[in-house]
Amino acid sequence: MSVQQDDLDGRLSRHLRRGIVTGAGAALIAIYLGSVGLLAMMNARPVVANVLTLAQTALLAIAFLVGLLSQRTSAKDRSPVFWTAPLAGLVAGLLAAGFASLILSINLRSIFIALTPPLARLLTFGQPGISGAGLLVAGSVVAASAGALYQRLPHKVRRLIFPAALAVLLCGMFQEFIQVILQSNALFRWFAPWFYGWDGLTARGGLTIFAIALAFAALPFLVRRPGGFAGSAGSHPWRRSAPALLVLLLLLLVPIAGGPYIAQVFLLIGLYVLMGMGLNLELGLAGLLDLGFVAFFATGAYITAILTADSPLALAHYTAVPSFPFWAAMPLAVLGAVLMGILFGIPVLGVKGDYLAVATLGLGEIVRIVVQSDAAAPILGGAQGILQIPKPQIGGFQFGSAVSLFYLTLAAAIFAAYCAWRLERSRLGRAWIALREDEDVAQAMGINLVQSKLLAYAFGAAFAGLAGSIFAVMVNSVFPSSFQLLMSINVLALIVVGGLGSLSGVVLGALVLIGLPEALREFGEFRYLFYGLALILTMRLMPEGLWPAGRRRRRIVVPATGARSAQAARP
Amino acid sequence: MILEIENMSLAYGNIEAVRGVSIKIVDGGIVALVGANGAGKSSTLNAISGLIPIKNGSIRIDGQSSAALKPHEITRRGIVQVPEGRRIFGRLSVEENLLMGAFSRTDHAAIAEDRDHMFELFPRLKERRRQVAGTLSGGEQQMVATARGLMARPRVLLMDEPSMGLAPLVVEQVFDTIQAINAAGTTVLLVEQNALMALEIAHHAYVMEHGEIVLEGPGAELAVDERVVSIYLG
Repeated sequence: MSVQQDDLDGRLSRHLRRGIVTGAGAALIAIYLGSVGLLAMMNARPVVANVLTLAQTALLAIAFLVGLLSQRTSAKDRSPVFWTAPLAGLVAGLLAAGFASLILSINLRSIFIALTPPLARLLTFGQPGISGAGLLVAGSVVAASAGALYQRLPHKVRRLIFPAALAVLLCGMFQEFIQVILQSNALFRWFAPWFYGWDGLTARGGLTIFAIALAFAALPFLVRRPGGFAGSAGSHPWRRSAPALLVLLLLLLVPIAGGPYIAQVFLLIGLYVLMGMGLNLELGLAGLLDLGFVAFFATGAYITAILTADSPLALAHYTAVPSFPFWAAMPLAVLGAVLMGILFGIPVLGVKGDYLAVATLGLGEIVRIVVQSDAAAPILGGAQGILQIPKPQIGGFQFGSAVSLFYLTLAAAIFAAYCAWRLERSRLGRAWIALREDEDVAQAMGINLVQSKLLAYAFGAAFAGLAGSIFAVMVNSVFPSSFQLLMSINVLALIVVGGLGSLSGVVLGALVLIGLPEALREFGEFRYLFYGLALILTMRLMPEGLWPAGRRRRRIVVPATGARSAQAARP
Repeated sequence: MILEIENMSLAYGNIEAVRGVSIKIVDGGIVALVGANGAGKSSTLNAISGLIPIKNGSIRIDGQSSAALKPHEITRRGIVQVPEGRRIFGRLSVEENLLMGAFSRTDHAAIAEDRDHMFELFPRLKERRRQVAGTLSGGEQQMVATARGLMARPRVLLMDEPSMGLAPLVVEQVFDTIQAINAAGTTVLLVEQNALMALEIAHHAYVMEHGEIVLEGPGAELAVDERVVSIYLG
């Protein structure tokens, strides 16, 4: 009897501790966000106009997550009890309220410039004194309990609610972009007022979007219900490619509707998609980690510049070579990048794994430094770069605007995607995959190691060269400082986040990692914080990437014969 | 003579792994190379496959030295290895693994035929042809590795420790398969720690110890040889 009592006490104190610790953790995060000034900045962006700002959403989300986490089973705690969630919410709310009153009573602004009375008001939802603190604590408890409830919902229901909530959040956060698009034609203008007021998403609009997104999320369940339909051969490939087609449609239409700024952002995304597809061949298929990838991009850009520019540095200026139009220069730029890829590959043929990363990093930097050097300055312009690169032309039409250049990039990307898709299924693609899996055995199978590796670098470089060529005409000029290491890292990050070896993953990764920082531009340097956070979260929660390659997905799903592996296959 | 190794030495840095080894492989037989762990058996196989350079001596394929050949060129001459520890392509499906084995061939119709033949030889693999090979059991993985090797239509199949890590019953099956492969006309060089079973099926055998060949003779004779028994079977 007393043993049982002891056990009960032990469990009670453990639940109590869990609630207090998670609550305190949440309060710490909130206090941190407030102290660095992020909350004040987020407060300027409404999610639902006059109802909810991004800052308040973030605070509620923190409380919600705490409630959710408090209900997760772990090895130590197999049966979490519900009341830990409101307890955690209470602790978090009380600490945050204490923080708010601290800001109001003591002036710490000489040290922490962000600790202003408006921040305190923000924390207490605009209410003064004790009622504000009460509101904060109550909100925190409710949000944490909601999180706990959410965690206890069946998996299917969560899969409905999560996308719907995310849709509302995105539609609210990026209302400026969406409003620009909505103003572009009469049909949109007709229904826009239902969703958006001048200052952002309306409450009724938010609810409508929630309902629509809910319906969309429920669609797969509804379609599958009538027996046998899901099994029919015709519907399956269609359903698998439907999201990809949707993305493509979005890519086609958004820049027209969104105007030059959005087109510019999408153009940048398109260039990264091109490079991502190239690196995907190298890393995703052949397993060759390359941190000097930007060198190929730079090669494409510089060759285009030298051949087409109207500048003293152009070849046409000091040799008998005529000045090339863009369309003739682009293939040569791709060819040049291919040669660079092979040159690049030769010294690192025997290098593997981590060492390869360091070696390619060095090679990439060498290329940039050579371009920047005084020795190469008479040809490549040194740090001043090459200016006055003309825009491409077809007949009388000039690809002058960001929108038209975006479509050029899109066409190039679609062509490149087709090539990449074919390559992956070719003999060479299979050879790359085999090399990545086991170099020795691949050779024993009759694969030519040197040739296959060099071809991987060459093909990867071709894609980057194409992107570089478009980049050169996009900015009208090339400078060594445009080709930083960060670019290689961005490309690497986007294919890893998207899902190694997955073409759709490259597009999604570029949208998230290149598009998101642009969309969050008003947050200045903080956006890299989000960027880093997004990277870490993706790797923790979806280590196979946002859109894993079929090959990888299969690896997890196939062994699903028992209940345990079926759980592992859940996304 | 398909394959002839003469007085070959191998070294990893300053450490000599194999000293003065000579092995002759005549068309159509099963040749066993047995010895304890670390005797230099796998190194010898890898040298034949061109994966490690030889220090002294020579390896001749059809009378020509293979010193200048790259690993994939040796494979194309019909000398194909089934590596130790299986080493299948874990993320590829069973069928894709088999097709990798036929990588250097271009006769597509015959490749498809051979693949179907492999599925007859290993019905288990047919059931699992779309399954990712890394999720198979050890015995099934050995089947994949063997079938993958055979897909190259080898003249000599170099099998490195095919019984390693397998249950006794499965080991029996593996050795039965080896005999069946040989009966169908493929020469086999079998490297094994499991000396007794290897010697039973070998037409000719070599015993290796500390990087040198210490005994040589017909498999059946060596299987009852006192020295072999005392060294390896205790």
